[in-house]
Amino acid sequence: MGAIYIMWLRELKRYVRSRAQILVSLGQPALYLVALGYGFGPVFAKAGMGKYLQFIAPGVVGMTVLFTSVFSGMAMLWDRQFGFLRETLVAPVPRIHIMLGRTLGGATVAIIQGVLILVVCLIAGFRPHVWAAVPASFIFVAMIAIVFAALGASIGSVIQDMQGFQFLMNFLVMPIFFLSGALYPLKNLPMVLSWITHGDPLSYGVDGLRGVLVGSWQFGFSLDLAVLAGLAAVLLGVSARLFSRIQL
Amino acid sequence: MIRVENLTKTFGSLKAVDDITFQVDGGEIFAFLGPNGAGKTTTIKMLTTLLRPTGGRILLDGFDPWVKQREARQRFGIVFQDPSLDGEQTAYENMELHGILYHVPRKVRGERIEALLKQFELWERRGDTVKTFSGGMKRRLEIARGFLHTPKILFLDEPTLGLDPQSRNQLWSHVKTLNAAEKTTVFLTTHYMDEADRVAHRIAIMDHGKIVAIGTSAELRERTQTDSLEGAFLALTGTSLRDEAASSTDQMRRFAQMWQRR
Repeated sequence: MGAIYIMWLRELKRYVRSRAQILVSLGQPALYLVALGYGFGPVFAKAGMGKYLQFIAPGVVGMTVLFTSVFSGMAMLWDRQFGFLRETLVAPVPRIHIMLGRTLGGATVAIIQGVLILVVCLIAGFRPHVWAAVPASFIFVAMIAIVFAALGASIGSVIQDMQGFQFLMNFLVMPIFFLSGALYPLKNLPMVLSWITHGDPLSYGVDGLRGVLVGSWQFGFSLDLAVLAGLAAVLLGVSARLFSRIQL
Repeated sequence: MIRVENLTKTFGSLKAVDDITFQVDGGEIFAFLGPNGAGKTTTIKMLTTLLRPTGGRILLDGFDPWVKQREARQRFGIVFQDPSLDGEQTAYENMELHGILYHVPRKVRGERIEALLKQFELWERRGDTVKTFSGGMKRRLEIARGFLHTPKILFLDEPTLGLDPQSRNQLWSHVKTLNAAEKTTVFLTTHYMDEADRVAHRIAIMDHGKIVAIGTSAELRERTQTDSLEGAFLALTGTSLRDEAASSTDQMRRFAQMWQRR
C-alpha cells in the first residue's frame, strides 16, 4: 500500500510544483472554449441547436481531462530517460502497485485540471441546467481520467523515445479528441464517421458530461458509465501487465 | 552471499555473457573489471532482476531473483551507471520514497535518512530539489540511498564515472566505512584500476563475456608476472581497443523501430 501512496503523492507533488505549467495547460482548452464557443455560436444558433457555448463546454472539460491524463502516463518516457524508472523497477514491491500509484496520481491530477477548466467554463458564461449537476459531473471527469491515465501508462510502458510519442500523439490522442463529439453533435453523421465515433471511448465520457451538465444525452447514463468502467478495468489490467514486463 | 553458476545472456547472435561462474562471500568487496563491452553491465542487470538470463543460475543470499523476486530485491541495493534519482523531488523526498518502497519502518526511516545524509554531507541540502545538485552530490545521494534499507548486497556500477579525484576518494572511504560497519557485501564495477586495487578484497576480470581471472590483486599480479593491477589487467585482456556493444536498451529500441515501420 505504501508504494501506491508514495507514487501517487509523487505525481501530485510534481503537479503542484509546476504552477506555470498548470496555467499553460489550461490555456489551450480555454482557447477552444472562447474561440470556438463564441466563434461558432451564431452558426450553431442559426441551425436551431441553441447556444454553442453550452454544447462545447462539457467537450472542453473532457478534452482537458483526456490530455492531462494521457500525458501523465506518457511521462514515464521522461522517467525512463532520466533514469528514475529503474529505481522503481528494482524495488521489492509488486510492479502493479507502482503502476497503480502512478496511474491514480495521473488521474487525480487530471481530475483537478478538469474541475479547474469547469470553473473557467462557468466564468466564460456556461450554465449547467441544474447546479447539482456540477458535483455529479465529477463522476465522469474521474472515469475519463482513469481510462486515459491507464491508456497513457500502457503507452508509456511500451514506447522508448520521442518519435514514438509524437506518432501516438498525432494518430491516437488527437483523433480520440476530434472524433469524440466534444466539438460537434454525433447525430446525422456519415455512416463511417458514426461508427468511428461510437468506437471512441471519449465519446462516452463527453456524452456523460454533457448529459449530466446540460441534460442532453446521446447514449444515456448507464451505457456511458458501463463502457467507461469496463474500459478502465481492461486498460488498468493491460497497463499493469505491460509495466511488469519492462526490462532494461 | 552471491552465487552465480553458468550464467549466460545472448542478444541474437551476440553472447554478451558467456557461461560465467563465480561466488562472492558475505561482507566482501568484490570488483568486477573489464574493457568496454565485456559484459559487466549485462551481468549486473541480470543479478539485479532487470534482465532475464538466457541460461544459468543466480542466488542472492540464497534467493533466486527470478523465482523469489521480491525477497531478492529487498536484499540488495543498486547504484546504476546513470543517475536514477527523481530530479523534481528534494534529496530528502528521494530518500523517503526509497525507504517506503523498501519497507523501512517509519521510525527507523527518519533516523537512518538523517544519519546517511549527514555522513554523505548532504544534510544541509536535504530540502533542495535534486536537479540543482552537482554530479558528485547526485552520486553521493544515490549511494546513501542504496544503503538506506540496510541491504545485504550493494551493487555499484561504475559509481565514480565522471567524478573528480576528491569526490572519488571520499566516496570510496564512505563505502569502505559502511562495508565495515554494516557488513554489507559490495559488488562493484569500475574502470579505475587504482580504485579496485585499493578498495576491493577480490577482483574478477571479464573479457568477451567470460571471466578470464579471479583473485586478490596480489594473486593477479603474481599470475601475470606484472607489478601493478593495471599491468595484470592489460596482460589478461590485451591492449586492443574495444567498441562497446550496443546495450540491451539500444537493441530493444532498434527492435521497436523495426516493428513500428512494419
